[in-house]
Amino acid sequence: MDQPPEARHLKLNGHVGFDSLPDQLVNRSVSQGFCFNILCLGETGIGKSTLMDTLFNTHFDSTPSKHDLPGVKLKSNTYELKESNVRLKLTNVDTVGFGDQINKEDTFKPIVDYINSQFEAYLQEELKIKRSLHSYHDTRIHACLYFIAPTGHSLKALDLVTMKKLDSKVNIIPIIAKADTITKSELQKFKAKLMSELMSNGVQIYQFPTDDETVAELNSSMNAHLPFAVVGSTDEVKVGNKMVKARQYPWGTVQVENENHCDFVKLREMLIRTNMQDMVEQTHSRHYELFRRCRLEQMGFTDSESRSLKETYELKRSEHVATLQKKEEEMRQMFVVRVKEKESELKESEKELHAKFDSLKKQHADEKKKLEEKKKAMDDEYNLFQKRKAATIASQQAAQQAAQAATLSGKGKKK
Amino acid sequence: MESLSKREAFFKNEPPTAKFDPTTRDKLDHKMDKEKENGHPETSGKAPKELDGYVGFANLPNQVYRKSVKRGFEFTLMVVGQSGLGKSTLINTLFLTDLYSADYPGPSYRIKKTVQVETTQVLLKEGGVQLRLTVVDTPGFGDAVDNSNCWQPVTDYIDSKYEEYLNAESRVNRKTMPDNRVHCCLYFITPSGHGLKPLDVEFMKRLHDKVNIIPMIAKADTMTPDECREFKKTILNEIAQHKIKIYEFPECDDEEENKLQKKLKDRVPFAVVGSNTLVSVGGKTVRARQYPWGIVEVENLEHNDFLALRNMLVRTHLHDLKDVTNNVHYENYRYNKLASVATKGKEKAVGSKELNLETAEDEDSGEKYYSVFFSLHKYGI
Repeated sequence: MDQPPEARHLKLNGHVGFDSLPDQLVNRSVSQGFCFNILCLGETGIGKSTLMDTLFNTHFDSTPSKHDLPGVKLKSNTYELKESNVRLKLTNVDTVGFGDQINKEDTFKPIVDYINSQFEAYLQEELKIKRSLHSYHDTRIHACLYFIAPTGHSLKALDLVTMKKLDSKVNIIPIIAKADTITKSELQKFKAKLMSELMSNGVQIYQFPTDDETVAELNSSMNAHLPFAVVGSTDEVKVGNKMVKARQYPWGTVQVENENHCDFVKLREMLIRTNMQDMVEQTHSRHYELFRRCRLEQMGFTDSESRSLKETYELKRSEHVATLQKKEEEMRQMFVVRVKEKESELKESEKELHAKFDSLKKQHADEKKKLEEKKKAMDDEYNLFQKRKAATIASQQAAQQAAQAATLSGKGKKK
Repeated sequence: MESLSKREAFFKNEPPTAKFDPTTRDKLDHKMDKEKENGHPETSGKAPKELDGYVGFANLPNQVYRKSVKRGFEFTLMVVGQSGLGKSTLINTLFLTDLYSADYPGPSYRIKKTVQVETTQVLLKEGGVQLRLTVVDTPGFGDAVDNSNCWQPVTDYIDSKYEEYLNAESRVNRKTMPDNRVHCCLYFITPSGHGLKPLDVEFMKRLHDKVNIIPMIAKADTMTPDECREFKKTILNEIAQHKIKIYEFPECDDEEENKLQKKLKDRVPFAVVGSNTLVSVGGKTVRARQYPWGIVEVENLEHNDFLALRNMLVRTHLHDLKDVTNNVHYENYRYNKLASVATKGKEKAVGSKELNLETAEDEDSGEKYYSVFFSLHKYGI
């Protein structure tokens, strides 16, 4: 196929109507619904659940956790939210037990594993032969809110280590929690210190995109305010004649939505109203692609010109089939050997049985013979005895007769 | 839909590179707040969580809109039909531009010995939206004396584009993949008035599970409305008889829209007339064809279905065609390609528009193979 010539720019002589394409796309995504997954990372009690409730103006069911958990666990909850015909499937992943252990070396492992397993699940779906990507519930983490404790000094060692491990896997948005404990001047210094520390350690936090002219200005001005110092509260306090979300102290009221008091409004603006879609896209096009590349290379796939994925797959498949066949052979061999053994065993016992049977039979025959002999002997004796008896009787009779005859003749003589 | 009009206003009143106006945004915020104070949040059938105030993710569609405009759109349209049916004129009329002109002649002027598949790429811009349109045409299709297998170059082209995309998608190092797959095929039927020709049937049968086919009756000004109606009925019957799956315009969520669209949907196959010459009719200058006996207006729904075609194709369902190509036809191709590797050459023609794949042992073993594949690697094999 010859290469098509360069694309020509053509002028339209009227209204064709394909300027409705973005609307068509939007209609489709609205009817499909949106999906967003947030990971909240921070020490126990730093205000993660409260901030989530405040951000989304609702109460997510969560129970405050204790400090004595042996390891870090991740709890994820999915909620279906709706706001004026836009449906959002929000998944809130909370970390419990973060930073509570005495030895925090392995703290980041469960988190990294969780993020990787979400990528893995998506990769598996993408590599399936029969797949349905357009209806797949995306569970990959799109944003990670990292809660920094308001010490006023610098990042904790645990924070640095964790963020370094996560920055290539997820969009990290660091925020200073419980910002109502820092004064404005301290906050300036703290923010500057944090940003310089992050930069000097090479941590890539999420920068709001400045390539789209419509929001470039807004985003770049917000980038300068990073990290946002936030206060969360779901309690409402009457200020002036309105009920606002605030925290009431004896010395004053900290209003959550007052830009003078904290950066909550900025966070909500950036996270939800302006850059949500961009975060989803960055997760898919940058972090997921990186994961996929590493994973496929790990499995032995390369992009060499000689072999495409399909060919490598075929090769691996034939290898796999060969291994399977070998295993099958082995099993069959073993089976044959076992059968032979059993057969010989059985033959042995059969032989024994036959021998036994034969000897028994012989015994039987012998005894029978003996018995017959005995019987014969007895019969002979009996016959003899009968003969003798008959002879005795006969002789007795003869004797009696002789005696009678004698007496008769004697009587005759006497006359 | 007020958000729709806001977007229109966004692009109509200001030049394309206007900065986003914070004041309009504030107005939207206050309107939303009022809504929340006065009304109550909607409850859908599934009863999603109620929000006690305006959060702001209702702005997500606008974010999507903004990003898509920045990215621009691309679309590939294929036109197939015998020479002289008015394909080039129709494309020029459809996009109101000189795609085909004296310098870039249409397919009927470029016929070679064998059927070729050739592409033309143009960049169009309207209302801030950039569209990269690729028109694929097939000079020589159906024009030879012996037309056996003249669809082969077409199927080969479509498959090669899917193959390209599949390879790009399967690379380890993926960059943004340009989507050159054919999204729609306009098939021109000769207005004989009798029915489909064997060539038409053969072509459609071979391509209906690879690409979205929209059949069209060309040069519709040769038929009276009654003849046209009968012809359409015959065509639809033959299509059903041969079990050809042409592209079906989907239902819309909005009831009103649905009713309007149904009227246009019922005109498939579209009987069209194309023209780029302007004629003045009743005071207005319209595109039309002037005959001694009258003037056939292109954009008059009583004269032909051009408006229906343009509205359904360009204004309402352009993106849906891309989605169906991506989610159904491409997935079918991919499935067949990979399943044949996994089950050694047993190809299944899978495919209906709703991706209703019947379960069979092949598929299960194929899927199982991948999961086995993964677990083996987990254990370092």
